[in-house]
Amino acid sequence: MDFAPHLFLATLEGAITAAVISLTAVGLSLVFGIMRVVNVAHGEFFMLGAVVAWWVASTLGGHAALGFLAALIIAPLFVGLMAALADRLVLERLNYDLERTIVATIGLLYVIQQVALMTFGPDARPVEAPFDLRIAIPWFEFSDTGVNLIWPWGLATTGYKLAVIAAAAIIVTSIIVFLKRSRFGLMMRATQMDSEMASAFGIPVRRVYCVVFGLGAALAALGAVLIVPIQQAHYLMGGDPLLLSFIVVIIGGLGSLPGTILAAVLIGMSDGIISVFFSPTLAKILATLLVALVLIFRPHGLFGHHTS
Amino acid sequence: MSKTINLHHQSWSRRKAIKTIAGASAAVTASATIPDVMGYAQSQSSAPIRIGFQVHRTGIGAAYGRWYDRTSQAAVKRINDSGGINGRPVELVAEDDGTDPKRGAEVLEKFATQKNCDVAFGTLFSHVVIGSAPRAGELKLPYFVVSEGHHVASGILNRYTLQPGITDVKSQVEAMAPFIAENLGKKVAMVFPDFAFGHDHRDYFSAAFEKNGGKINALIAIPPTETSFTKYFPKIPQDTEILYHVMVGPAVLTFVKELGEFFGSRRPEMFGFIDSLEAVDIASPGLEFLDGTYMWEGNPRYVQSNQSSHDKLYRQAVGVDSNGASISDSKDVSTYAHMFGCWETLNIIKAGMEDSGYRGPEDRAKLIEAVEAMSAMPLSDDHPQGSKIFNGKTHQTFGHQYITRVSEGKLVLAHTTSIEDTFYPDEVDYTTQSF
Repeated sequence: MDFAPHLFLATLEGAITAAVISLTAVGLSLVFGIMRVVNVAHGEFFMLGAVVAWWVASTLGGHAALGFLAALIIAPLFVGLMAALADRLVLERLNYDLERTIVATIGLLYVIQQVALMTFGPDARPVEAPFDLRIAIPWFEFSDTGVNLIWPWGLATTGYKLAVIAAAAIIVTSIIVFLKRSRFGLMMRATQMDSEMASAFGIPVRRVYCVVFGLGAALAALGAVLIVPIQQAHYLMGGDPLLLSFIVVIIGGLGSLPGTILAAVLIGMSDGIISVFFSPTLAKILATLLVALVLIFRPHGLFGHHTS
Repeated sequence: MSKTINLHHQSWSRRKAIKTIAGASAAVTASATIPDVMGYAQSQSSAPIRIGFQVHRTGIGAAYGRWYDRTSQAAVKRINDSGGINGRPVELVAEDDGTDPKRGAEVLEKFATQKNCDVAFGTLFSHVVIGSAPRAGELKLPYFVVSEGHHVASGILNRYTLQPGITDVKSQVEAMAPFIAENLGKKVAMVFPDFAFGHDHRDYFSAAFEKNGGKINALIAIPPTETSFTKYFPKIPQDTEILYHVMVGPAVLTFVKELGEFFGSRRPEMFGFIDSLEAVDIASPGLEFLDGTYMWEGNPRYVQSNQSSHDKLYRQAVGVDSNGASISDSKDVSTYAHMFGCWETLNIIKAGMEDSGYRGPEDRAKLIEAVEAMSAMPLSDDHPQGSKIFNGKTHQTFGHQYITRVSEGKLVLAHTTSIEDTFYPDEVDYTTQSF
């Protein structure tokens, strides 16, 4: 494949990774930023989203789009409720203590993974994409007669992949608007700045925590529902998104939403491009190395700021 | 007051405790010894023969594990229904290896030391076999694998590891190379999983294909745990005449689907190992582009026009319908191209135990010698996949290979190789190794 179309394809693949990572990482970042909880089980909420999506789609039957749309609503809702329950039953009782919640969420990780293995089983299961459309991408070629339109071999994507990118962009934008404009967003920001002061002003901090933990998990689940028609649901699929989300959140600055989104695009794109031209392992090596460099030279991340 | 009582009570109980412990330990020793003696006495007559079954219940090999399990249970039931082995019933002792080499070795240890198994059997993924086999050698536990890797015949394992029920990758690809070179084209790009099994494909197919006048123009290795594949495909050169694909792991369906999205209507000829689509319905949405492509199958998944009575019996015993799916769930597609190996291997263990007059673990060496002495295994209910020739020196079996063509969502037999097509010179003589 020629260089330019090849690069374009790589960018497209990177954009899909970036789209999904930005959703999961924003969830992780919200939870850390507001609750100061490092949620190690975040990847398992992602997996749970995919598994529930498969379950919803295969139970409903009928047209693929119907099952997918139902999954798009039910899976994040279910996973969010489960997470809120976990918050009430576990995290709240640990008083949101940083160290103890890490251990507790590691426990949650195993519980969710094993329950998925015991119920859903060890197989990968596909969810059909709501629409099936291969889009061959045209390219330009300069010749003596002027500019010609050509269709390079292998340069193609699917309509669904483009839809995933668009959907992720819309969801992330709405989250930002929700935080900035809504009353509950204001309460969340107040809690993030100073939870004691927020509490003194009558903000139900515990309830905010519960909703934030649920929302974070629901965002991961939403990312999973979007990716599952491309990748299939599998009980071990939570590992990669967890690693990438942590990388993105650390680079962007723990708790900083714009930083997280920028880092997600950066890491997703470089993952796509480096994977295509060199190897996927090199992409992971470089991303992790970048984390180390950020931790050395900018411990609070690109957009993070000092917190007490 | 209460202190005194406590003290009194304590001293009384300590004395009693010593007595109790002494009594209990005597009882434990006795109870441990007596069943042992009884067990030994029984092993001469009717105690079951215990076959440790290392099975991929979880991890990336789970789909294979599920069907290896069903096939093995069916084979054991048939053996027991016809009187067992040497008049003794057979018991399958299954243990999950998690498709993980480290766990695989632990499972063998458990079979030998805790579960009193006579032999170990079963596993597929080559890294698990390579990780487990040295432990089998140390434990002196006969280890019958159903893995199709070349590791047995290459000589890197040991006298206790045998592969009598399924052919190896080297013989498979050597038999495929002439067909591909004659019928499909001369320039091949290979896509394979990046571990021992895939490396067997890379090394032996390349060599065999070049010997047949072909040329390999790209080698693309993909980690077996990968979940997204489009990023690898631009490395396929445009002048590729044939794409050779073999992939394993939970994401195989995604792999093939993305190949279709990549090529669109301009795909090259394709030759794949069914591993890329084991346990996946060929009629799945997104796989329509495979129509007209060719597949290697160890055993044809769909019932063919020349189906033998033996395949009929085997298919029914395992519970597989004419499309290769479970009788009870048409969406549960089997790993038909591989799982016959479990059925045949269990029948070979039975034959080996009967030939050697196997009585118990003390006869393990005799059992291995008896299997090493085997050679021709004709097509029969015991060997429903086809006739085979076992090479006792290399511990590897050789047999027919099937090439099917995808046609209207089914796999239709296009070519059957002879056993001789799969031969290659011996690389090891395990019979010279001591027990």
